[in-house]
Amino acid sequence: MIVAGIDCGAKNTKTVIMNDKKLLGKGMALTGFDQDKAVEKSLADALDEAGLKIDDIEAIGSTGAGMEDIKDAKVKVNEIKAMAKAANFFFPNARTVTDVGAEMGRAAKINEEGKVEDFAINEKCAAGAGAFIEAMARALEVDLEEMGPMANTSEMAIPMNAQCAIFAESEVVGLIHAKTKKKDISKAIHDAMASRIVSMIRKIGVNKDIVMIGGVGLNPGFVESMRRELDLEKIFIPEDPAYSSAIGAALLTLEEA
Amino acid sequence: MTDETKKEEFWRWTEANWKNPDMKLEDLKIITAGIDVGSVSSQAVIVGDGQIFAYGNMRTGSDSPESARNALNYALKDTGLHEDRIDYCIGTGYGRVNVPMADRSITEIACHARGANFIYGPEVRTVLDVGGQDCKAIRCDGRGKVTNFLMNDKCAAGTGRGMEVFADLLSVPITEVGDRSFDIKEEPAPVSSTCVVYAKTEATGLLRSGWEVNEVLAAYCSAMAERIYSLIERIGVQEKFAITGGMAKNKGVINRLMKIMGLEAMKTQWDTQIAGAAGAALFAHTLVERGKGRK
Amino acid sequence: MKANYGYKDGSGDFFISIDTDKCTGCGLCVEACPNGVMTVGEDENDPFSEDEVASVDETERKKIKYTCAPCKGEGKTEPCIKACEPGAINHSW
Ligand code: SF4
Ligand code: SF4
Repeated sequence: MIVAGIDCGAKNTKTVIMNDKKLLGKGMALTGFDQDKAVEKSLADALDEAGLKIDDIEAIGSTGAGMEDIKDAKVKVNEIKAMAKAANFFFPNARTVTDVGAEMGRAAKINEEGKVEDFAINEKCAAGAGAFIEAMARALEVDLEEMGPMANTSEMAIPMNAQCAIFAESEVVGLIHAKTKKKDISKAIHDAMASRIVSMIRKIGVNKDIVMIGGVGLNPGFVESMRRELDLEKIFIPEDPAYSSAIGAALLTLEEA
Repeated sequence: MTDETKKEEFWRWTEANWKNPDMKLEDLKIITAGIDVGSVSSQAVIVGDGQIFAYGNMRTGSDSPESARNALNYALKDTGLHEDRIDYCIGTGYGRVNVPMADRSITEIACHARGANFIYGPEVRTVLDVGGQDCKAIRCDGRGKVTNFLMNDKCAAGTGRGMEVFADLLSVPITEVGDRSFDIKEEPAPVSSTCVVYAKTEATGLLRSGWEVNEVLAAYCSAMAERIYSLIERIGVQEKFAITGGMAKNKGVINRLMKIMGLEAMKTQWDTQIAGAAGAALFAHTLVERGKGRK
Repeated sequence: MKANYGYKDGSGDFFISIDTDKCTGCGLCVEACPNGVMTVGEDENDPFSEDEVASVDETERKKIKYTCAPCKGEGKTEPCIKACEPGAINHSW
């Protein structure tokens, strides 16, 4: 059965096409202020990659902040469930999964079937979401993509006091004025963010393999800060972590349709 | 004046010093001082026998000890009073532990309540102080003793900083925010995101969908008023009610806040920004009176 | 006095409130807290009081949502609240 999974995130809309458990194509578009357009574009790209037409799709599942707006979606998948399903799909041993997106952070404890046992969410405050690192990159005048690799070249541990993205901007500017190296500031930023996410994960308990999905999983600086903070050897990240929730939505659609 | 200094100018009161013309130095028995080192401005208040004798109010520099010294010198200027004559000195404010001439420090919460009791009179029961980087809500009794308080200095929403970020985004000078937010046809719904980062995104969307700048300003002012109200609500409002701090000058927020509360804020002829330092000096006076002073 | 330590941000209200009239300064909450959030000392906000009272450590005031998170799991009661015999401690969340 061919299904599409669409994840309408605050920043990007991601679509995957799957034939049973096989990934056929994927597409991503900036959500911006026009959700419909983003869905249309990411879907078109995914179809293109899969070499399929819209009529080939038997069911659509949606998840993410804007999921209610997708008219054609047959199945609406709760974000936590989508995340849990995806983690279980990629790493069957995983019992803890975390998803850090542009405007939220989430963590869940899952069982061997990928069902949610407990979860914690952080939203509506940019200090605990990807938006924090974005805002800091602007203050530091460094490209977002460079932030992580840069942080990983630093050996320093500078504490950041501000627990608010807005106040942290001033703190970063202060550090720049104090001639602190950008790589050290970048590391401080990732550490601060990781410590907040890890506290959230601790709430549900750290057990066995930890999986991280979501676009922030592409940021090596953040992953490294998380690993240090959790005192683990490795954090499991699927290939193309940004598409994980869309894949989770597609898999659950397969089960329900 | 650059934009930066204009902005700072708005959140603090203008630099000033004052000496009480009705008090004579020779007559004073107990002389105490309170120094409040805030993030933006610092004040020193000299109290003689329980009355305000003089004060100075100025910009906080890059280091706290120096700012405290400058504020004190400014208060003492042209009063004929020498620093050695001060019987007891208390530091307060966020830089309170860095006031070198202070004999001890007391929190801004306690000092603010004590000072408000003096400045507004003993009827004041609820004091709201919204500064550049924090928001304090304090309830106190008729003697200026704190009965309930909270302080929010973690989140920029509901502080002067949040308003600054918006004024910048909309390219409206901070001093014009109040007036322009009322220059609208109809009061819009408040901005729904609390987080300043997300509220900015929301505002950008509103502008794109054709909202006027003034409407967006109005929507943010009322979001701010609601936000501040939800903080005071936590401690419960009791009349009479007073507002201090830089936000008191932003009527776009304050008028909307008073409307939500259904209360008028108290008025005073004093510069309300000296509340913390005055409270500190008055505490010092009581300590000396009770024989707990320096000597 | 009701002393509210903590904050309100976009994600909610996180205040630990201590009723200093009830608090005896016994320090049981300090012992109970696994994360060093609570401390006992002179009442910072009542300069004329001689009694020691509990408060939230200054370094923790802006992050209790995170620090206290492990205590907030389902079915668990916060150790600090449980330890306090006179019931002086309350959490807003
Ligand atoms: S303004 Fe700062 S603390 Fe407040 S919600 Fe946004 S990021 Fe969080
Ligand atoms: S909830 Fe837990 S971490 Fe928080 S103060 Fe109480 S005992 Fe400490």
